[in-house]
Amino acid sequence: MTQLALVIDLNVCVGCHACVTSCKEWNTSGSAGPMVDQNPYGVDPTGTFFNRVQTFEIGEFPNTETLHFPKSCLHCEDPPCVPVCPTGASYKRPEDGIVLVDYDKCIACKYCSWACPYGARELDEKQQVMKKCTLCVDRIYDMTMVPDDRKPACVKACPTSARLFGDVHDPESVVSKAIRERGGYALMPEWGTQPSNHYLPRRKAQIRIHVDELERADNPLKVDGLLPKPGKNEPTLDDATTW
Amino acid sequence: MHPAFSVIFLTTLIGAGQGLFLAMFTAQSYAAFNLLPQPDGHAFYAQGSVIVLVLLALGLIASFFHLGHPERAWRAAAKWRTSWLSREVIVLPAFMGVVFLYGVAHWLDFRPTLMTLPSGQPVDPTAILGVAGTILAFALFVCTAMIYACLKFLQEWHSPLTVLNYILLGGASGFTLAAAFATATAPQLVSFFAGWAAIITVLGLIGRVASLYRNARLKPKSTLQTAIGVKHPQIAQKAQGFMGGSFNTREFFHGKAPQVLRSIKWLFLVATFLIPLVLLLAGMSGAAGILALAFVVQYLGLLAERWFFFAQANHPQNLYYRSIA
Amino acid sequence: MSGSISANLAPVQEIKKTTCYMCACRCGIRVHLRDGQVRYIDGNPDHPLNKGVICAKGSSGIMKQYSPARLTQPLRRKAGADRGIGEFEPISWEEAFSILTERLGKIRATDPKKFALFTGRDQMQALTGMFARQFGTPNYAAHGGFCSVNMAAGMIYTIGGSFWEFGGPDLDRSKLFVMIGTAEDHHSNPLKIALSKFKRDGGRFISINPVRTGYSAIADEWVPIRPGTDGALLLAIIHEIIATGLYDRDFLVQYSNAGELINVDEANDEFGFFVRTEVPTEEACYEPQDKLWWDRTTDRPVITHKPGADPFLLGEFKLADGTPVKPAFQLLKERVKDYTPEWAASVTGIPVETIRRLAHEMAVVARDQRIELPIAWTDSWGKDHDSITGNPVSFHAMRGLAAHSNGFQTIRALAILMSILGTIDRPGGFRHKVPFPRPIPPCARTPNDPRAVQPNKPLDGMALGWPSDPDDLFVDHEGKPVRIDKGFSWEYPLSVHGLMHNVITNAWRGDPYKIDTLLIFMANMAWNSTMNAQEVRKMLNDKDETGEFKIPFLVVCDAFHSEMTAFADLLLPDTTYLERHDVMSILDRPISEFDGPVDSVRIPVVPVTGDCKPFQEVVIELGSRLKLPAFTKPDGSRKFRDYPDFVVNWETEPGSGIGFLAGWRGKGGEKFLRGEPNPNQWEMYAKNNCVYHYELPKSYQYMRNWNKGYLEWSQRNRITRYAEPINIHIYSEVLQRFRAAAQGKGFSRKPPVHLAKRVETYFDPLPFFYDTLESHVTDKHKYPLAAITQRPMAMYHSWDSQNAWLRQIHTHNYLFVNTKTARSAGIEDDDWIWVESQWGKVRCMCRHSEAVEPGTVWTWNAIGKAAGAWNLTPDANESQRGFLLNHLISEELPDRAGNRISNSDPITGQAAWYDVRVRIYKAEAGEPEQTSPQFASMKPYPGMKDRSSILAFVGGLFGGKSK
Repeated sequence: MTQLALVIDLNVCVGCHACVTSCKEWNTSGSAGPMVDQNPYGVDPTGTFFNRVQTFEIGEFPNTETLHFPKSCLHCEDPPCVPVCPTGASYKRPEDGIVLVDYDKCIACKYCSWACPYGARELDEKQQVMKKCTLCVDRIYDMTMVPDDRKPACVKACPTSARLFGDVHDPESVVSKAIRERGGYALMPEWGTQPSNHYLPRRKAQIRIHVDELERADNPLKVDGLLPKPGKNEPTLDDATTW
Repeated sequence: MHPAFSVIFLTTLIGAGQGLFLAMFTAQSYAAFNLLPQPDGHAFYAQGSVIVLVLLALGLIASFFHLGHPERAWRAAAKWRTSWLSREVIVLPAFMGVVFLYGVAHWLDFRPTLMTLPSGQPVDPTAILGVAGTILAFALFVCTAMIYACLKFLQEWHSPLTVLNYILLGGASGFTLAAAFATATAPQLVSFFAGWAAIITVLGLIGRVASLYRNARLKPKSTLQTAIGVKHPQIAQKAQGFMGGSFNTREFFHGKAPQVLRSIKWLFLVATFLIPLVLLLAGMSGAAGILALAFVVQYLGLLAERWFFFAQANHPQNLYYRSIA
Repeated sequence: MSGSISANLAPVQEIKKTTCYMCACRCGIRVHLRDGQVRYIDGNPDHPLNKGVICAKGSSGIMKQYSPARLTQPLRRKAGADRGIGEFEPISWEEAFSILTERLGKIRATDPKKFALFTGRDQMQALTGMFARQFGTPNYAAHGGFCSVNMAAGMIYTIGGSFWEFGGPDLDRSKLFVMIGTAEDHHSNPLKIALSKFKRDGGRFISINPVRTGYSAIADEWVPIRPGTDGALLLAIIHEIIATGLYDRDFLVQYSNAGELINVDEANDEFGFFVRTEVPTEEACYEPQDKLWWDRTTDRPVITHKPGADPFLLGEFKLADGTPVKPAFQLLKERVKDYTPEWAASVTGIPVETIRRLAHEMAVVARDQRIELPIAWTDSWGKDHDSITGNPVSFHAMRGLAAHSNGFQTIRALAILMSILGTIDRPGGFRHKVPFPRPIPPCARTPNDPRAVQPNKPLDGMALGWPSDPDDLFVDHEGKPVRIDKGFSWEYPLSVHGLMHNVITNAWRGDPYKIDTLLIFMANMAWNSTMNAQEVRKMLNDKDETGEFKIPFLVVCDAFHSEMTAFADLLLPDTTYLERHDVMSILDRPISEFDGPVDSVRIPVVPVTGDCKPFQEVVIELGSRLKLPAFTKPDGSRKFRDYPDFVVNWETEPGSGIGFLAGWRGKGGEKFLRGEPNPNQWEMYAKNNCVYHYELPKSYQYMRNWNKGYLEWSQRNRITRYAEPINIHIYSEVLQRFRAAAQGKGFSRKPPVHLAKRVETYFDPLPFFYDTLESHVTDKHKYPLAAITQRPMAMYHSWDSQNAWLRQIHTHNYLFVNTKTARSAGIEDDDWIWVESQWGKVRCMCRHSEAVEPGTVWTWNAIGKAAGAWNLTPDANESQRGFLLNHLISEELPDRAGNRISNSDPITGQAAWYDVRVRIYKAEAGEPEQTSPQFASMKPYPGMKDRSSILAFVGGLFGGKSK
């Protein structure tokens, strides 16, 4: 059984928000749209987005890490938002595990959003239906697109390729390998929701300098330190004294 | 959570309605066993059923304000296998239907004996409808409460106390209303209702205080550390990704200061329990005004209680929405 | 999902390719259209720059296209209305052109320098510069002077190339990458792509910055540094590397002037200059190979690069005539002697062990992880090499270093550090991009005489250039500036990008002279692009005793409503990038790759909105109407139909075969770089992703300062005039020439007396560290904090507050203060505070942060707006809770003699944005919770769309309409 998901590499995410607006841009004019913005040019503008990039500071100066953290629907294996939906508008597709909302069935009771510990769902205040990341389901199966384009908009946009996309149930997929080999983890594991999206942690590259690399045979000072010998005609003590 | 008045009114109104129905049928059952005098069917049961229906209908109307697409509300019955909300959506009209029939049966005095209990008491349609109504009333309490109690990461709600309190608080307000109502329609039952109302109010107080006690000692299972998957004691959000607010900042935050929350807590404890208790005892003798006041105060207290119920629930998603920059 | 609206969506009917312009990065994009409306913009996977990715800004291009802040018709300030309040009446383009032609015609016929043209972050400097020159005014520059000119000048005067457009870190092969003074910046997507690959390949990334944002977030190590002290750090690292003998001796000997002998006889007029020998040379702007080494084997002076010779890098020698000489490297060693890590630790706030370790990491990686590529090449001296070697340590730096008044010397130190590590145009290090490297300095010169400005004649020379000695300065016989911004004068001799930030103040004051017409193209000079915004706004509206404006006529061309547009007398509506033809020319800021030249174009994908007109068309039209020679046929008729026609047919000189575009030249498009105009050139670009990329042979891709094959290729293709080697200037004789003149030596021009000391001090031929000019006139105890800005990745300058999506990410800004610093001032998170410099004060909100050095406060750049600007509502967050640091920064400083002088680097005139010192304190209880200063609310102009209160954008359905 397929479970499509994103794996987000925090090791390279620079927090540029490309995934945020590319998602908005694709989806507002796509089958999940429109994604409404209220007060777009006024006080406290607010709108529906499927994806947000947040910033955290970890630790105390000077040992501070700044972490950029993109967050969208995690497409849980056991999504708590689905069974609570009274109308069946919220559902998980058996064929690929994507959690979707059928806008025609949604009554906007918001219950699914209460049932999501991650805050992944956002109510569209104008259309009055619950909206969320669709993993660009209207892209990934669109056979009119070239295979490279059949990816979620955020994945395509991401300048640091911090977003991997694939089937986490296929052990050989790029996402499964990344999770396995690079310490992929899930958010809030305490609730047993089994998020399909995973995050890859920061890694640190270090360089150790050994003393012998500093005291080296090829030290150019061994050449440059050798200054010219004085000429034989230069004055010396021999010229001045006899002892 | 952000307390939505639609839901506050829904749960308190139908709770009172369910309680009133339970009070009426309790009285009818007592009367059937001659433990209480039989009140006038028209005046008490039929009119009482109307009040129950009005409360339920008002609750239902209030609930529509919670929906973005009320015209599709009928769809909400679809997922009763998994969704407590769906179950509530089924049980509520079913209960209303039974209450309606119960009221009609009393109004028409349609009480042919259908069977006789081993103890000799005749069983008429009102008894059958009453039992059905009672089951549905309890089912409705359970459905309503489980909508909240089943959400395991809303730790304040995820407790049997939530169900217990919905039953007790709905019951208390219903019995108080029954007492007030009985002053006009069944004076002989006033002290019975007032007495039970007082008892259930005390039980409600115990239940609610128990849940306050429990909630005050909850340790959040989710932390910023588990939310972003970083093990470090000092993590602070600087930016949540947007600055003008979003559904996530509107729906899950009450937006009030802790002092406000504390005041509301004391307000509801006094208004839901203490004052009505005093008034119930004072009005036991049948003082209509006092008992009416008891119900009004208790109901207002319940509005505060329900507001607090939502506001106190701390959604783990809020971990992601703490700072803008 | 099957929503009612979406069910009716037609498929995208058309995908058009063009080039992004949501920032200056210039990525290739694909614009997906539905019913002629923009439905989606994504990165073009076939574009060499961004390879299919796109950033937050690029993905929000739709919201720019349909923004209600767009200007849609030419506007004229209503008679009698003040400037700045935005009282306009619509006029026709014909009227606008008549007004301009008449006014500019008169100016040109009398005194062309009374017309000044300054442009912002535009991408058409080749055209605007040419127009200004043809007009005959010296008063032209783009925004470089207030952006990052130190970065360009400091490195080009040292290694012949610089970062971003000019070159960059080869992260593909690098092992250690040090980013200093950069948060997120220019060249953003390519750098992001490279950075993530670099990290995935296990490279080590060190970020040196007062603040940890942006790219620094993913650094393996963050080294917080006090602003303006980078020079101290770099000099200390150089000190340590020389002291431990970890420099790349072979590289320095062969490819720099490290071994070249300098006259150290202080009594001699030639003191500080290289000793030269007689070699046959032609008069040219390159450096002849006529200098000397002191050969180790023969212990005698020899001509440099003599086969078999090996110079002393250290020591002191006496020429036969008794002249004492030292190799440049010896002088560098002496220079950094006192710049010890211990000293630098006290200046920079970086622990001494960290400074040492940084030096060791850089040098040991450079020496021990050497790369050798099996690529044969021939050097300029004719020696064949069978491989290209490289030291895999690379750097990137930008405004954090540049925007200080000590930035030029700091950047010289960086370039020298990169050079002693042996990383210039080598794999894994720094690599040039065509047309770089250039000779040091590049050959372009301004005129050096005010007589270059003549009525009805083009300027006799370039408006901007690269002075190599005092005689190249653009001054009159008294040494006074010819340019309105005082560029290329003794005040800022190497101001190679001009000083746009002083134009308004100078013109207002009439110093050096008054002008008549100032034309500003897409620069928000009344707000975030100016220092001292409050006063500058007053100057723009100031009148003399006769009631005339001190700057008599102000023309602004921009696509959007902004603070600046309100001050215009004539406001010309530009198009968006999706509506026009553009070229990213090698004659302008190029977009070349390490492996060869690249240029690209924009081709309109949607029709022009309203009555907008691309600024290029305005320039062509004006040039034609004014009958400027380049725009006019011999019979006086206009030469170019429009801008696309101009791009195809214009040549630098008749028959040169060099035009704006390098690709598909020649009659049938068979030639590149040089060739006759090709009438189908646009179509060929359109068919080829709007980009032309020529990949150099591998052997031409490295060591290009000294790569014979490359230099000759470059010469053949007229990229450069000379194929001589471009040796690194460890020791800068150019700077010494200015210093010597200031000391009264030699035959060149001498500075005016009041500037002699300044020139002598700062034109040091070796890098040195000095405290910023602002701190010379600041009480640091009273103003203990440095205030700087950082660039957010989802906003480009002030451009995107009108963008409905991007402004949700940055709606207003906070002042970030280290938590301990804030607490010690009694300031809690979210408190309203005052930030005060000696020049002004701003009220804003505080955000505690652990990711900022305790002596620094910072905020995001250009988020704050004036109320109502950019067609936001007057109560929008940007104006009520957003703020600008610009109010705290003065555009001028009193010098030691009490004269006012630009708050800029004394060498290049680079605006010293980051020198400002501030103090912070809590706002009083009861003060309004609103940023200060506030300005009268601006209103929309005629022809602008209404702001919708709800936006439900579906491209192709009702995109662009408010519903």
